[in-house]
Amino acid sequence: MGAVVEAQNLIKHFPIRSGFLGRRVAYLKAVDGVSFSVERGETLGLVGESGCGKTTVGHLVLNLLTPDRGSVRFKGVDVRHLRGKALRALRRNIQVVFQDPHSSLDPRMLVKKTVGAPLAVNRLARGAELVQRVKAMLAEVGLNEEHVYRYPHEFSGGQRQRIGIARALITGPEFVVFDEPTSALDVSVQAQILNLVKELQRRHGYAYLFISHDLGVVKHMSHRIAVMYLGIIVETAASDSLFAAPLHPYTRALMNALPEPDPARRTMRALLAGDVPSPVHLPPGCRFHPRCPEVQGICTQRAPELREVKPGHRAACHLYR
Amino acid sequence: MSGPNEPLLEVRDLAVQFFTYQGTVRALEGVSLSVARGEIMGLVGETGCGKSVLARSVLRLIADPPGKITAGAIRFKGRDLLTLSRREMRRIRGNEISMIFQEPMSSLNPVFTVGSQMLEVVALHQAVGREEGRRICVEMLRQVKMPDAEQVLAKYPHELSGGMRQRVMIAMELSCRPDLLLADEPTTALDVTVQAQVLAILEGLTRQRGVAVLFISHDLGVIAQLCDRVAVMYAGGIIETAPAGAIFAAPRHPYTRGLLHAIPRIAARQESLAVIPGSVPSLVDPPPGCRFHPRCAERFFPCDRVVPPFYEPAPGHRVACHLHAGEEGRRSWERS
Ligand SMILES: Nc1ncnc2c1ncn2[C@@H]1O[C@H](COP(=O)(O)OP(=O)(O)OP(=O)(O)O)[C@@H](O)[C@H]1O
Ligand SMILES: Nc1ncnc2c1ncn2[C@@H]1O[C@H](COP(=O)(O)OP(=O)(O)OP(=O)(O)O)[C@@H](O)[C@H]1O
Ligand code: SF4
Ligand SMILES: [Mg+2]
Ligand SMILES: [Mg+2]
Repeated sequence: MGAVVEAQNLIKHFPIRSGFLGRRVAYLKAVDGVSFSVERGETLGLVGESGCGKTTVGHLVLNLLTPDRGSVRFKGVDVRHLRGKALRALRRNIQVVFQDPHSSLDPRMLVKKTVGAPLAVNRLARGAELVQRVKAMLAEVGLNEEHVYRYPHEFSGGQRQRIGIARALITGPEFVVFDEPTSALDVSVQAQILNLVKELQRRHGYAYLFISHDLGVVKHMSHRIAVMYLGIIVETAASDSLFAAPLHPYTRALMNALPEPDPARRTMRALLAGDVPSPVHLPPGCRFHPRCPEVQGICTQRAPELREVKPGHRAACHLYR
Repeated sequence: MSGPNEPLLEVRDLAVQFFTYQGTVRALEGVSLSVARGEIMGLVGETGCGKSVLARSVLRLIADPPGKITAGAIRFKGRDLLTLSRREMRRIRGNEISMIFQEPMSSLNPVFTVGSQMLEVVALHQAVGREEGRRICVEMLRQVKMPDAEQVLAKYPHELSGGMRQRVMIAMELSCRPDLLLADEPTTALDVTVQAQVLAILEGLTRQRGVAVLFISHDLGVIAQLCDRVAVMYAGGIIETAPAGAIFAAPRHPYTRGLLHAIPRIAARQESLAVIPGSVPSLVDPPPGCRFHPRCAERFFPCDRVVPPFYEPAPGHRVACHLHAGEEGRRSWERS
């Protein structure tokens, strides 16, 4: 079948200003060699600490940022080589739900226009038909007809988030990047949206890159999961396999910190010790070693490679040599 | 004026409306809520049910027009905030009461660096020089586990990740040393490890300095871990309040039960997640009687005509649902 999207060795470093003259003295290694692929009908979950580079990966894949190195292929074609008609087709077939609905929705545009824009731009519908399709899409994400003629600021946080989701899904895109798409939604509405997104995938074979720090949601949505830490992928596996037996100490720490919906069990969450890592001055050896409970001598010297530990389950950690 | 047993914040019968082209949005109706000193009060409920509007009302941040606080009182340390002058209100805002807003980008200015925005806040509250102010900012950022805290000061908000912006906001609000903190979904953009640390800071503040927190979240896991009491909202009204333990162990309102049931569990393998059937009602034309009745599996004859009052099935556990009416309640429907 082949991958819908294939990212190869993506690298993005941001220059850091320093001093009043803004001289560039250092680089922030936001994404530091990330590869993955997403197949038709598949969801790849991307999890990891705040600031580890998830959104940047999403923007690289969407061609919203240009990688310093590495490439992104959409159905086998390098997106940098697309021009004219092919580029327009790409824009229709790739959509995104941005992390921050507040800054991604135009405050002067009525919802009708915002959600209908992908249809209008790609000349897929107009006039009464467009309004009809916008209303139908809004209903699917749990908004009412009365919302069509409102501006973004007249909504609650979760309603705004769903406007972004409606806009992304209205053209039936083959590949969607969801960046924390349900972080502002309560469980019931979240379930409704996630079920919808899954159902569309089942029906049409869409491929998704699903970014979230909510492990429950990621588990529910993803076929495979990639765990990021400081700009690289440290573990990837099928969803079941990852949750049944997480290998990387970082992944295990993530799972331990999950708050449980039970006030009787206020487990003082197992917190990661150590200083917060800096993506500018990366620790030598394994990037996780300053915080790792299982650190060994070699960890401070050599960076572990991402290698297959069990079939389909890969981890970058010296514990598995 | 304010006695020792009086709650720090007391909202009574609050109503807020928005007058829009499509009609009047009845965003809050008959909302009553109290928060004591040193207490963490959780506020949960479906998206669009009015949580943010409630928090903003306390600070009188409802834009008028199109919005208006049409009824009720908001008492803070014994004073009714709704009767204060603008100047008095400004003094309270960011001093005695501060608020962490739901979307960090809505309160960070995109054209100023993080450092200059933080310094401004610090300077408002403490008479310090530039160097000292900087040091305080860095310290604050470290507290919320910001990597490269010094360098972050030189950055613009768009150069930060979503979770980092949220942490900048939290650090800024905590530096105001408020008595009451309104925290509107303060950890939605944080991963679990950073979230756990931020929650520990909040908890520490309340236990050590007696800060009261109104903690808005749709994450029931977080609410369970943090809050002393919980209020559940539905479609513009509070429908259940109880100690946190009771809400999770013995929820009384059918909506609360549905909410708890819909949590995706790591342990379980679910093909499809549970949802509360039906959709969130329109606030322009809300259902009569109990606003939840069109979606309620347990509704019976009074539900679509009589607004349920609060019943107290257990001490400190209040619920607005006819299922909990005693004999007296039943007689009152028969009369109507
Ligand atoms: N335009 C930019 N200029 C400079 N640095 C940037 C820029 N965009 C992102 N960064 C930095 O890159 C790193 C990764 O950011 P990114 O937004 O990808 O994180 P994330 O994993 O999405 O985090 P979160 O979960 O908090 O959203 C951060 O340290 C951030 O400060
Ligand atoms: N300026 C406005 N004009 C019209 N309606 C508004 C306005 N502001 C808020 N509303 C409506 O008031 C209701 C309550 O909004 P609020 O922001 O309090 O919801 P919320 O409970 O915080 O939801 P969320 O969890 O999604 O943030 C929503 O239905 C919203 O559409
Ligand atoms: S009052 Fe009636 S409709 Fe409302 S929650 Fe209770 S049983 Fe359901
Ligand atoms: Mg992000
Ligand atoms: Mg809100």
